[in-house]
Amino acid sequence: MNLQSFLLMRHELVLIAITLIVLIAELATSDSRKSIIAPLALCLFAVHTIIGFLPMEYGSLFGGMFNSTPINGMVKNILNIGVLIVLLQAQKMFDSEINRGKVSEYFIVLFSTLIGMFYMVSAGDFLMFYIGLEIATIPLAALAAFNRGENKSAEAGIKLLLSSALSSGVLLYGLSMLYAANGSLFFDALIHGNYEITHLHTLALIFFFAGMAFKLSLVPFHLWAADVYEGAPVNVTSYLSVISKGAAAFIFTVVLYTVFHNYADKWQPMMYIIAILTMIVGNLFALRQNNLKRFLAFSSIAQAGFLLLGIISGTAMGMATVVYYILVYVFSNLAAFGVISIIEMHTGKTTISDLNGMYRTNPKLSLALMLALFSLAGIPPVAGFFGKFFLFTAAASVGTTANYILVLIALLNTIISLYYYLMPVKAMFINKNDSPIAYFKSDVYAKIGLAISLTGMVVVGFASPIFENILAACFGIVGL
Amino acid sequence: MDWTYTLAIILLPLATFLTIGLLDKSMPNKLAGVLGTASIGTAFLLSCYTAYQYFFVHGMVDGAYQKIVAFNMEWLRFTDTLHIDLGVILDPISVMMLMVVTTVSLMVHIYSNGYMHGERGFNKFFSFLSLFSFSMLGLVVATNLFQMYIFWELVGVSSFLLIGYYYEKPSAVAASKKAFITTRFADLGFLIGILLLSWYTGTFDFTELTQTTAIGGLAMAMPMGTSFLGLSIVSWALILIFMGGAGKSAMFPLHIWLPDAMEGPTPVSALIHAATMVVAGVYLVARLFPIYAIAAPDALTVVMWVGAISSLFAAIIACTQYDIKRVLAFSTMSQIGYMMLALGVSQYSEGSNLGFTASMFHLTTHAMFKALLFLGAGSIIHAVHSNSMLDMGGLRKYMPITFVTFGIAWLAICGFPGLSGFFSKDEILVAAMQHNTPVFIIAVIVAGLTAFYMSRLFFSVFFGKNTHYHHTPHESPKTMTIPLMILAFFAVFAGYIPFNEFVTSTGEPFHSHFHWNVAIPVTLIAFIGMGIAFVLYYKESEIPTKVTKALSWVYTTIFHKFYIDEIYLFVTKKILFGIVARFIAWFDRHVIDATMNGFAIVTNYVSVSIKGLQSGQIQKYGLIFLSGAIFFALVFIYLFV
Repeated sequence: MNLQSFLLMRHELVLIAITLIVLIAELATSDSRKSIIAPLALCLFAVHTIIGFLPMEYGSLFGGMFNSTPINGMVKNILNIGVLIVLLQAQKMFDSEINRGKVSEYFIVLFSTLIGMFYMVSAGDFLMFYIGLEIATIPLAALAAFNRGENKSAEAGIKLLLSSALSSGVLLYGLSMLYAANGSLFFDALIHGNYEITHLHTLALIFFFAGMAFKLSLVPFHLWAADVYEGAPVNVTSYLSVISKGAAAFIFTVVLYTVFHNYADKWQPMMYIIAILTMIVGNLFALRQNNLKRFLAFSSIAQAGFLLLGIISGTAMGMATVVYYILVYVFSNLAAFGVISIIEMHTGKTTISDLNGMYRTNPKLSLALMLALFSLAGIPPVAGFFGKFFLFTAAASVGTTANYILVLIALLNTIISLYYYLMPVKAMFINKNDSPIAYFKSDVYAKIGLAISLTGMVVVGFASPIFENILAACFGIVGL
Repeated sequence: MDWTYTLAIILLPLATFLTIGLLDKSMPNKLAGVLGTASIGTAFLLSCYTAYQYFFVHGMVDGAYQKIVAFNMEWLRFTDTLHIDLGVILDPISVMMLMVVTTVSLMVHIYSNGYMHGERGFNKFFSFLSLFSFSMLGLVVATNLFQMYIFWELVGVSSFLLIGYYYEKPSAVAASKKAFITTRFADLGFLIGILLLSWYTGTFDFTELTQTTAIGGLAMAMPMGTSFLGLSIVSWALILIFMGGAGKSAMFPLHIWLPDAMEGPTPVSALIHAATMVVAGVYLVARLFPIYAIAAPDALTVVMWVGAISSLFAAIIACTQYDIKRVLAFSTMSQIGYMMLALGVSQYSEGSNLGFTASMFHLTTHAMFKALLFLGAGSIIHAVHSNSMLDMGGLRKYMPITFVTFGIAWLAICGFPGLSGFFSKDEILVAAMQHNTPVFIIAVIVAGLTAFYMSRLFFSVFFGKNTHYHHTPHESPKTMTIPLMILAFFAVFAGYIPFNEFVTSTGEPFHSHFHWNVAIPVTLIAFIGMGIAFVLYYKESEIPTKVTKALSWVYTTIFHKFYIDEIYLFVTKKILFGIVARFIAWFDRHVIDATMNGFAIVTNYVSVSIKGLQSGQIQKYGLIFLSGAIFFALVFIYLFV
């Protein structure tokens, strides 16, 4: 292994370097000058995001434990953009007295989880995958408990930690069975190994599935999500529900398509059931929420259900639709979370009924939230429509009656989701209110973050080369 | 030769529309007027340059004018052959139309600076004019059926906006709605036709669709076998497409919107409802002419008869109207019927395609003199503040320039020898005589009627009784009279353009000579029409009243435009709204809404009943998590082996 091959890990290495710089900056600055850390970390991360787009070489490292492929690179770039938006939205949080001392902590922990996700996304071996997964999960509990003074935040942290411990246990159990049955944890060996599928394999698949379903908050493995999402600070919630979920969805797809390629007749029906359950339960819960964060949390559970429609097809097209949907979802959901966090930070209001009549006082913010919700609901011409459309097409293209029924159920669920996505819109634009949220000026960073998300939402929907590039990168994954 | 610059002809008005439209109130009126006029003026100059380059320098290859795709951009791809493009095509008819549209549009822009002076929505008016110019030019240069359809609807919208310009007047609002709905209804046929044709041929592209082989057939395979009610698919498709054309061109029985559209400002009537948009239907048929002529002669027969009937029908009604603009509107309908008829009697093969050229020729000359007539009428209305011919008379003394220019246009439309209308009308009549005698007879009658009603209009406005005016009428300002004079020039000399050298169905010039055996009798008939009008209307007389009394029943029927509007109202109000819509409304309220409400109630109920799942207790969450995993393990290991 020469020095150059380290460049294959460019995303990870740059991110580690940034994390270290932030750490050093924290140690080197005096208390009075800590305020530069947040902008510094933001700028460094912006640079990192740009570096991610530079052309790079592909290959594998550490005897195949770490793979760098075009689609991995794309997913990492998508995650980078998402994290950049999250960081932009978080800036305002560090103005407050309580958080001033914890700024670098926030960035270091968040960057660590992202490094974990990157390793997870690039994993070519279950060991690497598991290490990445844990790096990405355990620090998240610390992030969720970031507002230490608040009971809810602390509760969120501990709940996340306990639940993920349980799910990790189940997942590891599954992996150990796989090792017991095949004697290897390398993806390549598992794909090409010539073996019969025994009950042990099936059980391994199911436990792996359950562990990933936890990360993706699929029903019935989702129950932690609502409580954690509600308790954590808004931008941590958005990070959890968008970035962490996106990374997990991608590697989940890759593993199912490669390692468990031969088990498709097992995992497809499983996914079928879970998809239906997830869409319905997620939507039915979201229907009744008045707390904006909780509402978005449940809606993001339902969104994960829709995502399964792309995975279930088992084709390169299906994988491309999943990645595309993650991209769309990053922009749409972060836009919605962005508006909500702006409102919460400036006014402390957190419920849908607080939005009543907001259009008259804050028209731009209302329009932004409306667009974001439209995109989440899948109303053309915003990107969300195309994302859903492609997912449904991928599921329908399998051509079995069962899949048509699945698409039909998904369509019915979009109607339900339309109802609750329009509730805040109705509150803002139609409902009368004598004392709506007063006009306020949002901070520059949050505005930039919103602008990026809104632009992304429109551009991604209309620029067809984006989807075509993703699709091209999805071909050539083993098993397709 | 790089033709990309032609794109600017289309984009200039669009830019103007956006600029004036977005700045609207913050822009001084004068600037908006100048900007609009300058932009269309530039487009006009570019069109002239394009026409010169096309007709005299680069267009002719191997003795025929070629189709040149100046610009093309794929917009939406369905299959490898079926895709919607946006582009610019140059061929004899599109270049001719570029000239016609930009010329008339420029004149109308200049004229509007005076006519609309001091109106409240002056800027809005100019932005709409630019929008219309953009849409019409985009329609003209469309490289494919779908692009044409897009711009077709855009001209419909701009027409709607401009008819309803005086939106405080209920009649204007009603007229704009009527125009939009009628043409939209016709466009439904157009769309179905497009879909049929593209489904069977796999392409929208005009060049591919109309490509002919050496032996005179179409290169593209057309579904020509008999299939439905004795007609082939391609005939049906083209008849449906023609339905769209008939709607825009106000052909019988889809003409009902055109007279009402005169509620719009007069420059709009001149531009949209006389010279450009209403001939879009003719242009559409001409664009698809090879398919009509070779693959769907039945559809072409429909075009011919619709044209002939419309032209006669409208000419008869025009004789009884008193509103000066409505007379001109019916005259427009009649003249467009002429153009359709000429296309209908034409064939694609060499030697018998005179009708095509004649139709395009008449389209051009008509655009000039009819725009002139409308602008002249605008000038008169501006002075008299009334649309009714009964309020006018003896105006020649007060408005000399309007009188002279209007007179020239009057002579041109009557077919006075030496003026433009004379030549183009003669070609149409010759083509009709060579191919279809009944249609030829109708055309001759219409020629006589045209001369009569136009002379009736002319004499009773400028001569006739000496009306007393509240304010003494005076000549219009320069901005209005200069376009009149320019158009008068064209109305005289446009007839001397040798159209058979430039615009033919095959692209190859042919030789044509003047047919005295048709021209002399028809001119005589026109003179008779003018003579009768002279006797009746030159001086105030009792005879017209007597004639109408004697023919009271016939006269009333014609005056009410054969009660076509009333029939439409009966069908829509009584049958559609009263019976069909009422049933559908009931179904909607009691079946569809009820089902939906049922779903909503069930959803809500389930949502309440599963609330307990989310208890907040982490140990319960863990239990459910493990139960889920075990459930799947059991199902997939024991049930699903």
